[in-house]
Amino acid sequence: MSENKYVSVYQQKRHRKNVFIIITIVVLILLMLMISMNTGFIRLTPGELFRTLFGMGTEKQQLILFEFRLPRIVISILVGMALAVSGAILQGVSRNALADPGILGINAGAGLAVMLFISFFPSTTATPVFFLPFLAFVGAGVTAVLIYVLSYKRDEGISPIRLLLTGVAIAAGISAAMIVLTLRLSPENYQFVAVWMAGSIWGSNWKFVIALLPWILILLPIAFAKSRVLNTLNLGEMPATGLGLAIERERLILLAVAVGLAGASVSVSGGIGFIGLIAPHLARQLVGAKHQYLIPTAALVGSLLLITADTIGRWIIEPSEVPAGIVVAVIGAPYFLYLLAKSKA
Amino acid sequence: MSASVKESVEMKKVYKGSRPIMATFIMIGGMIGLLFAIGLSISFGAADIELATVWSSVFHFQPELTSHQIIQEIRLPRVLGAALVGACFAVAGSIMQGMTRNPLADSGLLGLNAGAAFMLAICFAFFPGLPYMYIILFSFLGAAVGAGLVYGVGSVAKGGLTPMRLVLAGAAVSALLAALSEGIAIHFRIGQDLAFWYAGGVSGTKWEHLQIMTPWIVVAIAGAIVLSKSITLLSLGDEVAIGLGQRTGVIKFFGALIVLVLAGAAVSVVGAVGFVGLIVPHLTRFLVGNDYRWIVPCSAILGSLLVVLADFAARMVNPPYETPIGALIALLGVPFFLYLARKGGKEL
Repeated sequence: MSENKYVSVYQQKRHRKNVFIIITIVVLILLMLMISMNTGFIRLTPGELFRTLFGMGTEKQQLILFEFRLPRIVISILVGMALAVSGAILQGVSRNALADPGILGINAGAGLAVMLFISFFPSTTATPVFFLPFLAFVGAGVTAVLIYVLSYKRDEGISPIRLLLTGVAIAAGISAAMIVLTLRLSPENYQFVAVWMAGSIWGSNWKFVIALLPWILILLPIAFAKSRVLNTLNLGEMPATGLGLAIERERLILLAVAVGLAGASVSVSGGIGFIGLIAPHLARQLVGAKHQYLIPTAALVGSLLLITADTIGRWIIEPSEVPAGIVVAVIGAPYFLYLLAKSKA
Repeated sequence: MSASVKESVEMKKVYKGSRPIMATFIMIGGMIGLLFAIGLSISFGAADIELATVWSSVFHFQPELTSHQIIQEIRLPRVLGAALVGACFAVAGSIMQGMTRNPLADSGLLGLNAGAAFMLAICFAFFPGLPYMYIILFSFLGAAVGAGLVYGVGSVAKGGLTPMRLVLAGAAVSALLAALSEGIAIHFRIGQDLAFWYAGGVSGTKWEHLQIMTPWIVVAIAGAIVLSKSITLLSLGDEVAIGLGQRTGVIKFFGALIVLVLAGAAVSVVGAVGFVGLIVPHLTRFLVGNDYRWIVPCSAILGSLLVVLADFAARMVNPPYETPIGALIALLGVPFFLYLARKGGKEL
């Protein structure tokens, strides 16, 4: 690679700084993990925590840690990553600073698909859990196509703000349809759907982790591998074509990755909005706009945010819990407003 | 001199484009349709009651008859509530659209409804058992908070208050306020009480509510009609209105006050139902032209009709369950909104 020869001292410094930032975030996540495992109705001191982790705790501690807290924490790490990367890709592809799978209505579409399934095939068997991410992916994909078509105009193409507006409207329509559907559910299914729609990681168990993991393991590396493409797309359509990029194909692949990540995370955690908006922005502030750094950093920031939100939600009004989705919205909505006020028309 | 000539030309265009005969027809026909819809809505339900009985229960009430009691205690206040709420949302929407020249203005889209609903959550949490008389005042305040936040964010933005930006700000403010209300609901275990307001339904309307809200609404709608001529001028643009000797600041202040009262009163009864204030004024403007002296009263009647019919449909779609009325109207409103957002194109 001839490129390496010309790497300037500045870039090396920058690289070192970014690696340092990434390591710092990882440390913060680990710290938050310990706090999170300690938070809850029954407290585990750090000592007890380590003993339990290495299989030396009491049976009760084992149960709490491995069956209740750990799956939930793993889910929030994975979901946070998925939503953040999905948001980073959407922002990169659409060159729209306000893009986010929640605001664009993609999460709502995934939710509707899951909900349709639950209402027509009541969950009595154990199989649906693995099936849900696929459904959510289909729902999210259909919605994304719908939003794209509706906001496309032949003479002007896609304007970023019209894309958002269409997404907001579609999300409103889908949630209305979901409310109508909930009434057809039996009470126990209704309870499940209601909690799930509010964006909570309550019912997490290892089954959900296993259902979600393959999606993350496949799609995240693709997103990372495409970071150069994202950099080029960011330059705008003309330069990107000039640099020999098959724009439409690349864009389609990237959008599919974003939709898949959003859909899979919605299928296990419900509608958690704003993570996909905030995490990429914070990451961009920290490591700059190069996607090689941006995507991993955004993923880590997303995890950190969601674990923190989930922990706050469990702690703030003990013994009742606030779904993480609500905590994220309370933080995320003002941030969205701030970005909106800053953006130029 | 030439400027004022141009302005009066524009005024003439408005008056020429308005269709008073059509408007009169809508008002009379709409009234008849509304009465018919109200009768229909009262007579159908869990227990069907004949229209003749409806008539006699209203005009010759006999407390010993069960059917008369059902009508008097449950169905009549409910349907009247629906009619009032519809008028409120529609008139509020038409004033907002006229004053701000924003085709996407609606109390639901711009955060007023979410603000009022948030205040209701606070009321239930911190002052349980507060009489409705005070709840409605909190609701006004909430609507003002929502509107203030949305316009505040919209106006500090670089490039000013574009309609699209206001709608996005409205969506974010609504998300924030809804999340806060939900948190309050979970903490104080009032989710059950509040669900009724969120889902949007007129089923809980009581005579007591109607007694308190009606004077507010009547005064506000009367005020809207008084202001309607000035609103027509404002809808031509601030410069034109000032040129024609209008005190735009005063008009906007009273207009905003009326909108807050109407939206607040409606939300305090039915919850955060959106899109009525978006659909009805557009439809009315299409039918009667751009003169707000006709738009305001016609909107009121058509809004009532829409919500009464929606409430009727809400009970009929999936009996014996009630479908939330807000969801039904949203299913109508979303395609309409998308159509407007598309058509609006560049000037949005």
